[in-house]
Amino acid sequence: MRLRLAMIFAFALVVASACEREERRLNQPSPPAPVQFVAQVPLQPGPNVITDSTEGPFDDNAFGTAQGQQLFSQMNCAGCHSHGGGGMGPALMDDQWIYGSTPAQIFASIAEGRANGMPSWKYRLTNEQIWQLVAYVRSLSGLTPKGARPTRSDEMNVKPAPSQTPNAKPKRSGPNPGND
Amino acid sequence: MHSAFDPASPQARAIAHLWWWMFGVGASVWLIVVVAMFLALRGKRGERGPDDLSHASPELRTRLERTVKGALFVTVLILVGFLAFDFTVGRALAAAPTKMLTIELTGHQWWWEVQYADTNPSRRLVTANEMHVPVGRPVQFRFQSRDVIHSFWAPSLHGKRDLIPGYSSSLWFVADTPGVYRGQCAEFCGLQHAKMAFVIRAEPQADFDRWLEASAASPPPPSDSTAAYGQRVFMSAGCAVCHTIGGTQAQATVGPVLTHLKSRMTIAAGTLTNTRENLGRWVLNPQQIKPGTQMPPSPLSTVQLDALLAYLETLK
Amino acid sequence: MTNPHAALPADVTIAPDEIERESRALSTVWSDGSGLWAWLTTVDHKTVSKRLIVTAFLMFIAGGIEAALMRAQLSRPENTLIGPDRYSQLFTTHGTTMMFLFAVPIMTAMGLYFVPLMVGARSLAFPRLNAFGFWNYVVAVVFLYVSLFVNTAPDTGWFAYVPLSGPQYSPGHRVDVWAQVVTFTEISALTAAVNIIVTTFKMRAPGMSLNRIPIFVWAQLVVAFMIVFAMPAVATASTLMLATDRAVSMHWFNPAEGGDALLWQHVFWFFGHPEVYIIFLPALGMITPIIETFCRRKVFGYTPIVMANITTAFFAFGLWVHHMFATPIPELGQSLFTAASILIAIPTGVQIFCWLATMWASRPKLTVPMLFVLGFIFTFVNGGITGVMLASVAFDKQAHDTFFVVAHLHYVLLGGGVMPLLGAFYFWFPKFTGRVLSERLGKWHFWLFVIGVNVTFFPMHILGLQGMPRRVYTYLAPTGWGPLNLVATIGAVTIATSVLLFLVNAVMAMRRAPDAGPNPWGASGLEWAVASPPPNYNFLHAPVVESRHPLWDTTVDLPVLTGFRSDRREVLVTTTFDARPDSRHEAPKGSIWPLYLALCMGVLFIGSIFSPWFVPGGIALSLLGLAGWGWTGSKPTSHERVATPAAVPEHA
Repeated sequence: MRLRLAMIFAFALVVASACEREERRLNQPSPPAPVQFVAQVPLQPGPNVITDSTEGPFDDNAFGTAQGQQLFSQMNCAGCHSHGGGGMGPALMDDQWIYGSTPAQIFASIAEGRANGMPSWKYRLTNEQIWQLVAYVRSLSGLTPKGARPTRSDEMNVKPAPSQTPNAKPKRSGPNPGND
Repeated sequence: MHSAFDPASPQARAIAHLWWWMFGVGASVWLIVVVAMFLALRGKRGERGPDDLSHASPELRTRLERTVKGALFVTVLILVGFLAFDFTVGRALAAAPTKMLTIELTGHQWWWEVQYADTNPSRRLVTANEMHVPVGRPVQFRFQSRDVIHSFWAPSLHGKRDLIPGYSSSLWFVADTPGVYRGQCAEFCGLQHAKMAFVIRAEPQADFDRWLEASAASPPPPSDSTAAYGQRVFMSAGCAVCHTIGGTQAQATVGPVLTHLKSRMTIAAGTLTNTRENLGRWVLNPQQIKPGTQMPPSPLSTVQLDALLAYLETLK
Repeated sequence: MTNPHAALPADVTIAPDEIERESRALSTVWSDGSGLWAWLTTVDHKTVSKRLIVTAFLMFIAGGIEAALMRAQLSRPENTLIGPDRYSQLFTTHGTTMMFLFAVPIMTAMGLYFVPLMVGARSLAFPRLNAFGFWNYVVAVVFLYVSLFVNTAPDTGWFAYVPLSGPQYSPGHRVDVWAQVVTFTEISALTAAVNIIVTTFKMRAPGMSLNRIPIFVWAQLVVAFMIVFAMPAVATASTLMLATDRAVSMHWFNPAEGGDALLWQHVFWFFGHPEVYIIFLPALGMITPIIETFCRRKVFGYTPIVMANITTAFFAFGLWVHHMFATPIPELGQSLFTAASILIAIPTGVQIFCWLATMWASRPKLTVPMLFVLGFIFTFVNGGITGVMLASVAFDKQAHDTFFVVAHLHYVLLGGGVMPLLGAFYFWFPKFTGRVLSERLGKWHFWLFVIGVNVTFFPMHILGLQGMPRRVYTYLAPTGWGPLNLVATIGAVTIATSVLLFLVNAVMAMRRAPDAGPNPWGASGLEWAVASPPPNYNFLHAPVVESRHPLWDTTVDLPVLTGFRSDRREVLVTTTFDARPDSRHEAPKGSIWPLYLALCMGVLFIGSIFSPWFVPGGIALSLLGLAGWGWTGSKPTSHERVATPAAVPEHA
């Protein structure tokens, strides 16, 4: 009897943790954009650090990250960023982040655009699409959970697949590390 | 029309002819076997021996042997005959004429990119999901796939051909009856495989030439103010990030070309009829109609949507 | 009939109390013990096969539920019961369950249970290998069904074509689950095949030369060879190529880096076509004993039937491109496969003609097993004929990947595989359990099943040619496909009802005490010479066989060979062709190593989805298991050559 109960409990546990990674969120409302103010660097006057700690909604979702990979190619991000190695634009697969590597900061970079050539995509892509791109960009440097990162693409592979990139811890942006 | 039972080309007709022969012979064979089975059940032909087993008399045994050998012989004859017949049908279908109209089809998840190649640039045309072909003239389709394996199948016109990434394949036929023929993707290609259809309209050569010329040209700029506003909505609300409309600044190749959208009978790869209401539903939320499709919802206000639809309706 | 034991006095029998003593000693030595440990470590081929059969039947029901859900969704155009994502998981799991977790395992399980009994052996050649195969199968079942409940069920079809199932277009681990389920089931099938081949060749009763083997055993033997040649192909495709493509970025199927998307199809279908004959041929092997028993007649054309089985097996390996007729493979090459696909109908036709001839010269008794044989002829011949139609490249280009093929494959699998299997269940149920199933409920089951199969799948021929492709989660109303789809759904409900009746029949029968004797049908095989169910040592003494129908051709008790030890598990090994006694071996007792090793396989392959480090780790754990397995194997002193007693009759 106890064995049976234990089995049922184990099964329920497994089902309850039913994979976020495998969700295909079709026909769902778009996750909202981060709040207005997103700090781009950690330097701030005073002790209170105002940042947006919104989680990337697709960071742990394999399907969303794959959609981000597709958008990366369709929107020609590779035209400036190459496949993460950078060119006219900065590299995306290293750990140097001019404007921050948190999901909200990358969202802001894509949506608002940045100086020196990064276009603003706010009125071109939906919030859901930008979040998918955020998940993909973060996967390039190993910042998202390994299981959700894309493996190789069906193209000429100029770099190792994100799933084979070593895990990285989020690093602060800017030249002077602060108390982030 | 979209059925192998309704052929509209000599190729489809040859296959249908082959089918009816196979059906006739096959059904007869099946009937003979089943009748033999029933007759075997009713017989009291064996004699029970002292060991309580049935034994066949030597004459019965000989008769049975001869019948089985005869049945085998007839089976081999039928099968070899069928093999020969099939070879002749296959050879006839494969003999491609030299001068054909060429249409290049690229499969995407989940729509068909159509290109009419031509040496004359003013007759080159890129469209999506719907194509016209001239009646009575051989048409060759050349296939490529942009992502996964798809399969082009218009049952009234011919069998199917797979579109395999890394390969180019082709198919040719002659549409000999004017009409509208529907086809569908026939190789599982992902979430919206079920709604990846296309339409082929076969029309007389003169009509076809007229259509080709009109389609290769760009539509005129919108004349009334609502449509003009609609064009601005199109350019600024994200539509131009993915779609092309000939003669405008929208030249993206991510999604289907929309240059002559109003001239199509269906939208969303054959999923909806091309009415204003359906177009509005599709634009507002494609995920409702084809969950998983690449096109995202567009958060437009009623005014913006009305203007956009007015503009799209000028794209004849 | 001459007395074959002319060298022995005619009245030599064995005293009853001697029999009693020996059977008690043997049942002690061959017993598994009791408790959880015994349950986990048993290597008794009957216990393990029965578990396999029950689990495979549960998989049939699970696959049937998936099918019922699909039919519910397709019963109306634009139905919203099931969305595209769930639907693709359903049809993939349905196909994978039915092909890998039901059809092949249940056919091999019938062989693993009956081949030793039919050839007069006490056990399989490699009992622990059998248990290892079973536990691998259990890992596959648990893995697939847990994944279904955590939204990780595979969703690219049971055939998983790349590039859709490749890393770019199938993100996540769904397809990896599929690849490893295939790995486990293919290990399981290979172990079963090895066991059947060696048991059939080396452990037959004295006197059972190769041309006296029951046709059931011939079919299992031929299929075992097919498994040995076909399964490595799917292992290469799924485990070696697809899994590594997805996990460590190999480029087998990436055209941009020199790979080829069609390569997958070739390697998969090289396995995939023999796979369906692996399912079909054992079912044909079950028909002969049923017809013989209920027509009370030795089958017409033993040798042609055996040759037909062997020919079918050879031909089956030369057909695979007929699954690829719509791809840009040169037409001349495709035509060769047309010819082979048409000609394979001939050996199957030979078997059917021989069975009809058997029935013709006798008075068939229409018991439920016999009814299922008739249902087989009625249904399978239809499927075989549509198969020959599909061999035509031109016609196949219209019918490929449509519901016409769905109709064909279900007619041959349900008509040609499941109907004989159901007949076999009714026929051999007394031998498995000691009880006879109800004839009345059985007849209801039969009629509902046959009617259900035909009502469900016949309209699909029409739907396919009317333009309905496969693997669609819905269709538009103007296509006109609605009415026939509704008819098919009604047929599906009928099939479900019939299966329910069978379950009720089985449960009700199990409630009774065992009351069937050794041979309730008066059949002729050696398995009917022992009690129902058989004792754990199968045969008290090794039977000596002088004909193809041992129980029909002896007027006195079956002649036997005595002198075996009853203080250890002893089996007799005989020569390959003439089955003359050769040596005695000690069979292994219960062992935990098969379960341990199967769990190591689970860790190795399931872990490899998440990290390559599980591969060397899993191998290290497995080496431990192999060491344990080998350590507890039979000792050198446990084999003894046997001098052929003069009294054993030579092959006549």
